[in-house]
Parts: sequence; C-alpha cells; structure tokens
Amino acid sequence: MAQQLLNAIFIGSIYALFAVGYTLVFGILDVLNLAHSAVFMLGAVITYSLVVIHAQPFFVAAAGGILASAVLGLVVEYAALRPLRRRQAPQISALISTIGLALIFVSIVEQSKPGSPFAWLWRDGANSVRFPADRVPNATYHVAGLTLESSKVAILVISILLMLSLGYVMRYTQVGRALRAVAENPRAARLLGIQVDRIFALTLALSSALGGLAGILFGVALSDVSPYIGRDQVELKGLAVIVLGGMGSIPGAVLGGYALGLIEAIAFIRFGSNVEAGVAFLALFLMLVVRPQGLFGARLRERL
Amino acid sequence: MDFFIQLFSDPVGFYQSHELLIAQIGINSLLAISIFVTLFSGQLTLANVGFMAVGAYTTVILSLHASTPLAFNIALGALLAGALGVVVGLPVLRLRGVFLAIATLGFGEALRFGVILNLPITGQGQGLKNPDADPLGGVVPILVALALVAYLVWRLAGSKLGQAWAAIREDELAASSQGINVPLYKMAAFVVGALIAGLAGGLESHINFFVDPTEYGTTRAIQVLTFAVVGGISNVLGPILGATILTSLPEVVRQAADYRDVINGVILILIIVFRPQGVLGGGGLALIRPRWWPRQWTLTRARTPADA
Repeated sequence: MAQQLLNAIFIGSIYALFAVGYTLVFGILDVLNLAHSAVFMLGAVITYSLVVIHAQPFFVAAAGGILASAVLGLVVEYAALRPLRRRQAPQISALISTIGLALIFVSIVEQSKPGSPFAWLWRDGANSVRFPADRVPNATYHVAGLTLESSKVAILVISILLMLSLGYVMRYTQVGRALRAVAENPRAARLLGIQVDRIFALTLALSSALGGLAGILFGVALSDVSPYIGRDQVELKGLAVIVLGGMGSIPGAVLGGYALGLIEAIAFIRFGSNVEAGVAFLALFLMLVVRPQGLFGARLRERL
Repeated sequence: MDFFIQLFSDPVGFYQSHELLIAQIGINSLLAISIFVTLFSGQLTLANVGFMAVGAYTTVILSLHASTPLAFNIALGALLAGALGVVVGLPVLRLRGVFLAIATLGFGEALRFGVILNLPITGQGQGLKNPDADPLGGVVPILVALALVAYLVWRLAGSKLGQAWAAIREDELAASSQGINVPLYKMAAFVVGALIAGLAGGLESHINFFVDPTEYGTTRAIQVLTFAVVGGISNVLGPILGATILTSLPEVVRQAADYRDVINGVILILIIVFRPQGVLGGGGLALIRPRWWPRQWTLTRARTPADA
C-alpha cells in the first residue's frame, strides 16, 4: 500500500514534468503541441542510443538527450508553428501540423532497424528495450520496508528542483516577465519591445527540454524505451493532467501530475489494472464537462 | 506505377485484386465524411472512432448472440452510436476549439479503456471473433453505403440545415443573433457524424474476422482527421478524396510502404501550411510571403478545416 503510494508519487513526478512543458506552450503560444509526446520519446531514445550505440557515459548521454530535445522543440517551432502564425491561421491548424510532426518522429524511430538510414539513432524497430543495468547508476535501498531505487528518488528530486526553478524564473527574472507578457497579450508585448518570435522559440526549446528529460527519467525508472512510450503512455495522460490543473497553468500542471498519479494508484488498488488504464481519460472527460477551466485556470476568457 | 497502369488498362482485374483495399477506402471515406459533417459546422470533434467502436461491437455481439439479419444489426449499431452521440453531445458541445477536441478524444479513450476493456460481453482486451465475417461479400455493401451517405450528406450540406452549419462555422455569435438555434444545430451535426461513424464501424466489422479494441484508439481518430484535412472540407468529395489518396498510398508506393507514416506526416504539414483548404478546396496555394514578394501576388487567407 505505502509502496503503491510511493510509486504514485514517482510516476506523478514524470507526469508533472511532462505536463509542465505541455502547458507552457499552451499558456504562451495558445497552441496545443501534440508533438510534445514525440519529443518525450525521442529524449529517451537519443539518450539510449548515446549510451548503447555510441558508448557514452550515462550522464553525458542524458545531457545530449536534453539538448537534442531542445533542438527538436525548435524544429517544431520553425516547421510546424511559425509558418502558420505568419499566415494567422486558426489555433486548430497548429494542432494538426504538430500531429503531422509527431507522426514523422514516431514512425522514423519505429522503422529504424540495423542497416536503415536511421540506424545510428535506433536499431530496435517497434520493440521495447531497457537501459543496460551496468551502464546506468541505479542503486536500490530498503528503508522501513519500502523499496527505493535511486533513479526514482532522483526523479522526485530533479522534478521538484526543476519546477521550483521554473517558477522562480517565471516570476522573478526578466525572461520570465517577457514570457508572461507574451502569454498575456503577444501584440502588446511586441509593442513594448519584446521580441515575441524569440520568446516563442525559447518557449518551445524550454518546454521540449523538460519533455525530453521526462522521457529519459521515464525510460530509466520504468525500464521501458520504445517508439511508443510518448504516444501510449503520456500523450493523453499529459492532456488529462493539464486539463485537471487548468490549461496554461504551471502550478496546475504540477499538482495535476501528482493528482493523476494518486488517482491511478487508488484506482489500481481498488479496482485493478483495467480500470487504472481508463481512469485518466474519465477524469479528463469529467473535468472538462464539469469545470473546463480546471482547478487553477481562472484565466479562461472567451475560449469557452 | 503498376498500380495506375492496371487501374486503367484492366479495371476488372484491378477490382478483383484490390478488393480489400477498395473496401478499406470505402470505410475510411465513410469515417472521413463523419468527421467532415462536424468540421463543416465548425467543430473539431475526435469522437468518431469511439462511435465506430459502438457500431462494430453492436454488430458483432448481435450476430454472435441473436439471429437477427446482418442489415438489422448494422443499422442498430449505427442508431446506438447516434443515441450515444446525443448523450455525449449534451455536455461536450458546450466546449469549443481545442477543449472540444480534447474532451472528445478523452471520451473515445474512456469508452475504450473504461467500458470495452471491462465488459465481459466485448471480450475485453482479447477482442471478439466474428465467425460470420465475409471479407469479399462486404465490399459491395460498403460502396453502396458510401454512395448513399455521400449523396445524403451532399444534399444535407446544401439544405437549410447545411446553411445553418456553415453560418455557425463562419461566426457563431452572428449565427445565433440571426435566430439560428446554435446548440441544436451543433448537436445535429454531432449526431449525424456519430450515425455515419457507427455505420462505418458495423460495415467494417463485417469484413474483418476479428474486432480488436486497439483499432479504436487515438491513432485512428487522428488518421481520420488527416483524411478530411488533406482532402479539404469545402464539400463532401474532399474527405472521400483524402481517404482514397492516403489509404491507397502504401499500395501505390510499395518501396516506401514502411515509411508511410512519415509520408502521411509530411503531406499533412505541407497541406496545412501551404493549402489549408485541402486538395479539393478552391483557390490557390496559401503562400507564405517572403518579405520581398509583392503583397498583391499572393493569396493569403484561405479556408481551413474547423476555422472556428
């Protein structure tokens, strides 16, 4: 029981980290970036390939994975979002173009086998692999009858530190003020001399770096790296998290992440794994019907 | 290339050797029409695949446990999907834009994980075997249904109802100030979409020996949206064309069949960036004007799906 709750907190941290990136883009660009889950997956895949195919130490590989994720965020911005913004296309168009990018990312990985053009990135096709145990530091501790793996403890610490520092940056720094100004009103921000396009690119890079890191942590802690970890494990759950917390709200996404982890754990303990798999979508659906602005989203103008 | 050579030189042989592909094109066209109806009224809903599952499961469960004729089973499946559309539409259609898309996506997954995987009668995760399936005999009914549905939707889009949908799509506030009952017409579009999707599900279950719950997930919902976006939503032929192009693509370019999702993704992005009105929409390319390009030479504003 206590072990289940502990696991809920670990998985909740991953949800939260993933959803913070999701919600950052939605809050600032007013766009739902459905390629975020593909970047999550690529963060894990790139780190795995650096460790296994290119024989780098784990921490170098993880740094590479995070950096590559940030670059992928810029790819999303320049390929899928900026052209549409220049045409002043409706919100929904950006949703569709990011779906296109996600399709491309996932299927490139899924089709990569030894000898294919992307074999330097991935060689296991649609299969799931795990990080080799001797290459990733992951000690196991036993405290008061609970099993603690250092990777999971690290997840908790990293997520909380990152989310706190993100909160600090957003609130007290010049960049954070610019980000919030653009979120509030891009046109007014531009008139005030903020380079809005740069802020958008920065947002995508930051959000994708967080998403990629969440993917790496997921891959290490759950011993599961595959082309589908983004799409099947966190894409819709991440949506549920940001809807629970309120779309665009960073504290909402953090609390929503932990809330979803707990809800799933409770559903699993009470009703078993079949219900656990569906409870996120049920929560998502009910929340949108009952309180579409979420727990923390007071800022819903005429979107509804 | 052989694909097209055979299509024109030997249409009968082409039909015989590609019957399953043609059936799949028919099913996908029906699904694309079902999402077209809601897009035409300015709403992006992604619940169609859920309604499709209702149609498919109803049809197969009836043919396993009752001795009713197949046509009745399929019709009942479609009607049940439509009825569920009313129930789901009541709360959901108050939402707009991205929120509506997310809620309907959540509905589809909640249906799949919450209901289908937990009811004993649906075979849960194992899916259902359908011993009465008739892969080849199902082709003609699918094409007949497609023709019928396409004709009806074509007429519907030109009717008063269709005009109301177009008005809501262009400007919801203006439409309601003209006395159009916006919630009612939105609901009508949602339910018509659900009916068509349920019909497609029932028809598809008849050409497969197996109903698999993983078939009715988000991936498919997004695929259906892709058909409509690529084809264009200015009239009912757009979604049919989109479904036809994208479904036959892996057959046409056999060498690249492995990378078909890459191709789909590239097509989707190119279409939404350069031709947001779809292949069949009117007008030219929505070029993104470089700074040195004279403004009057470009067409900038073009119709997009769910231009809400």
